[in-house]
Amino acid sequence: MSTDLTRLLYLITIVTFILALRFLSNPAHARRGNQLGAAGMLLAIVVTWIKIGSTSWWAIALGMLVGGGFGAVAARKVKMTAMPQMVALFNGVGGGAASLIALAEVHRILPEPGKPTVDISLAIVLSGLIGAISFSGSLIAFAKLQELIGGRPITYTGQKLVNGALFLCAAGLGLALVAGVQDEWLLWGLTAGALVFGVLFVLPIGGADMPVVISLLNAFTGLAVAAGGFELQNNILIVAGMLVGASGTFLTLMMARAMNRSIANVLFGAFGQIQTGVSGGGSMDGTVRPTTADDVAVMLAYAQKVVVVPGYGMAVAQAQHDVRALADLLESRGVEVTYAIHPVAGRMPGHMNVLLAEANVPYPALKEMDEANAEFGRTDVSLVIGANDVVNPDARNNAGSPIYGMPILNVDQSKAVVVLKRSMNPGFAGIDNPLFVEPNTMMLFGDAKESVAKLTAAVKAV
Amino acid sequence: MSHNTLLVFEVTILVLAIFLGFEVISKVPTLLHTPLMSGTNAIHGIVIVGSMIVLAQPHKSAFMWIVGVAAVILGSANVVGGFVVTDRMLEMFKKKEPPKKDDA
Repeated sequence: MSTDLTRLLYLITIVTFILALRFLSNPAHARRGNQLGAAGMLLAIVVTWIKIGSTSWWAIALGMLVGGGFGAVAARKVKMTAMPQMVALFNGVGGGAASLIALAEVHRILPEPGKPTVDISLAIVLSGLIGAISFSGSLIAFAKLQELIGGRPITYTGQKLVNGALFLCAAGLGLALVAGVQDEWLLWGLTAGALVFGVLFVLPIGGADMPVVISLLNAFTGLAVAAGGFELQNNILIVAGMLVGASGTFLTLMMARAMNRSIANVLFGAFGQIQTGVSGGGSMDGTVRPTTADDVAVMLAYAQKVVVVPGYGMAVAQAQHDVRALADLLESRGVEVTYAIHPVAGRMPGHMNVLLAEANVPYPALKEMDEANAEFGRTDVSLVIGANDVVNPDARNNAGSPIYGMPILNVDQSKAVVVLKRSMNPGFAGIDNPLFVEPNTMMLFGDAKESVAKLTAAVKAV
Repeated sequence: MSHNTLLVFEVTILVLAIFLGFEVISKVPTLLHTPLMSGTNAIHGIVIVGSMIVLAQPHKSAFMWIVGVAAVILGSANVVGGFVVTDRMLEMFKKKEPPKKDDA
């Protein structure tokens, strides 16, 4: 196959990728768009396969079988709640591939005098550096979300200094390579430094901020792949990689804006560990009122309007189907039930929408934050199911709180609040929540799925 | 094509891709942000094409073999995992007919 024909066929793939992203703006077409993108990817792989001919075909096939097999099994087996960390994992391996390509290219080119040219060596340095950071950073993000290591921020004094120095060292090695120093070990040193930097960079970031970090690392991998395209002089890598780099950056900014924080604050703020130093101003003074399913059932059954506020606890307990059953039962009794969805509820934006859609909750019942907040004043019962930080009134009232300024769902304005929670442990961000001791709040302790099932049974008995 | 002509051409499409990337996702609603992240994640799996090219070079040293196969493994995990995870997420958003009865 000629190079020109290959490039023309690659163009078809690029069009499918663009359409895949475009179709994602509407839930009705989104899945077809993704399938179109997958078909385009298959085309690119087949075209490349034919173009490179029979060289090492069995090694490529073996690699694809192993990698593709792992990807397919892992992606199929994983529960919906664990999706965020799977995205992190698959993002990381992509970055790893980009950084390996850089190592291979340097190894291939370097013996020749005067090679590589400045632009190629710059591309090699960038894809090696960014790819390796994305690889190790994503693996740490995966480990944090999978709770293999603690979700809390890990900090020590002089952390930023160490990170900064490490990054400068790696970048310095890269500069030497670009300047024409002919030594393969420069890139090895750079890669090692970037791997360590990726680990140190993500470790101090709290679990609640992981979605933003994964989105950023996703953009990083895209950039590394685009740089890889310059290395191999391959258009499709440049366009597809940059498409992801640009859209990933934009998405990261949108997500940070939804949390009312700057990217710098997310990355360097070590969110969630400030609280231990700053005392909450005694905002946790008050009594926690535990309640029973029977009491809550009576309140719900005689309410006019109930708002369900789901959070990560609902996802963990897989309670979405039980929540829907309870809502159906209440609606059959004439109670108006809606769902208030905070943009960052769960661990990914849209996480709750995905789970509730799985349980066949109709879209119109899902209210976004502004719409939901307008309704809490005339809500009889707010049922908070495994959500914590997104309903924390400290975000509004306590300037000392690390989440101060984050827009929240104002459930405390409703007549009564029932919080379903496993225990009084603080949430993922590790911050006290004064909502739990407010006079109109009651706590129903236990696993979210069991508690909701008990509520459903109790409402039936009312 | 000379090296510089090719480079200018590559930079041109790079810059156009930046604007396209911003443009194409600016209309995506919040509820689809997670699938969007996952979908773009699958797209940068195109790195598999680069991995294949590396492995297809003639006269490879043992080092090139190892790095090439590793890159193909990682790249194909990115492609397959990325698209399958996205598909599973989007499956949840399939159109539903409200009058349909629950067969629970």
